[in-house]
Amino acid sequence: MIFTDLVFYFFAGMLVLAGLGVISSRNPVHSALFLVLSFFSCSALWLLLQAEFLAIVLVLVYVGAVMVLFLFVVMMLDINLTQMRQGFVRYLPIGALIALVMVAQMVWVVGPAGPDVFSGEQLAQAVQLPADHSNTRELGKVLYTDYVFPFEVASVILLVAIVAAIALTMRRREMTKYQTPGKQVQVRKADRLRIMKMDAEGGE
Amino acid sequence: MIGLSSYLTLGAILFSISIAGIFLNRKNVVVLLMCIELMLLSANINFVAFSHYLNDISGQVFVFFILTVAAAEAAIGLAILVTLFRNRRTIDVEQLDAMKG
Repeated sequence: MIFTDLVFYFFAGMLVLAGLGVISSRNPVHSALFLVLSFFSCSALWLLLQAEFLAIVLVLVYVGAVMVLFLFVVMMLDINLTQMRQGFVRYLPIGALIALVMVAQMVWVVGPAGPDVFSGEQLAQAVQLPADHSNTRELGKVLYTDYVFPFEVASVILLVAIVAAIALTMRRREMTKYQTPGKQVQVRKADRLRIMKMDAEGGE
Repeated sequence: MIGLSSYLTLGAILFSISIAGIFLNRKNVVVLLMCIELMLLSANINFVAFSHYLNDISGQVFVFFILTVAAAEAAIGLAILVTLFRNRRTIDVEQLDAMKG
């Protein structure tokens, strides 16, 4: 057994254990932390697959941004944990059964015992790229030429997500006092000042 | 020997775990969103594995786009969740029956 096999089995085992931790933790904060662990393991596997740029992006964007957002929201919400766990034991047999059936079906197709499409000779050994091969450069070349229109669409999707997230969560409180500069500028003398004629007291 | 089928098997196992998670945690919306993230991750593992073993960079471009869309989905999902909790003081899926679905 060579070294890369050991690395694969270590990180694959950690990924599966972390996935099981995500779905079985009692506390959603622990689930989020297990999800962080699974992202780290997955990025190690992607390094093994020579997809260096995506491995770094997974750690930076996913662990650094999305999972921190998850942790913020989980800690902000006051979740009743015992109520949330209702039905866990009840649905455990059917959930485990369906998962086992699905994994058996998929492994039957894509696993080592499956058809030769996925485990044939030409796919067993991938082309090992040279040491000075830059994955980022290759990805950038393709991304900014062949896939430049989808790239722009992806940026628009992110913009829409920003606008939607802010529009959904922003609210105006009733009690806060704030100035409206337009109304302040538009105000006239007659709106604020009233001159009244009064008789002087005790005149005669 | 680690080949393409090992990575595909790993992706299949991870996908089934997240399916089971959706069954088990069907009251907690936060964990449901996490299970969806796990599912997208298993699809990404397949994409990267095929990209490596077929020596074609397009698979990694697809993973790039999936990551983008997943980040947008997580942001909007969590925003909806925060609004929901603000209005209903709960994130129990079974109590979200205002539309009588």
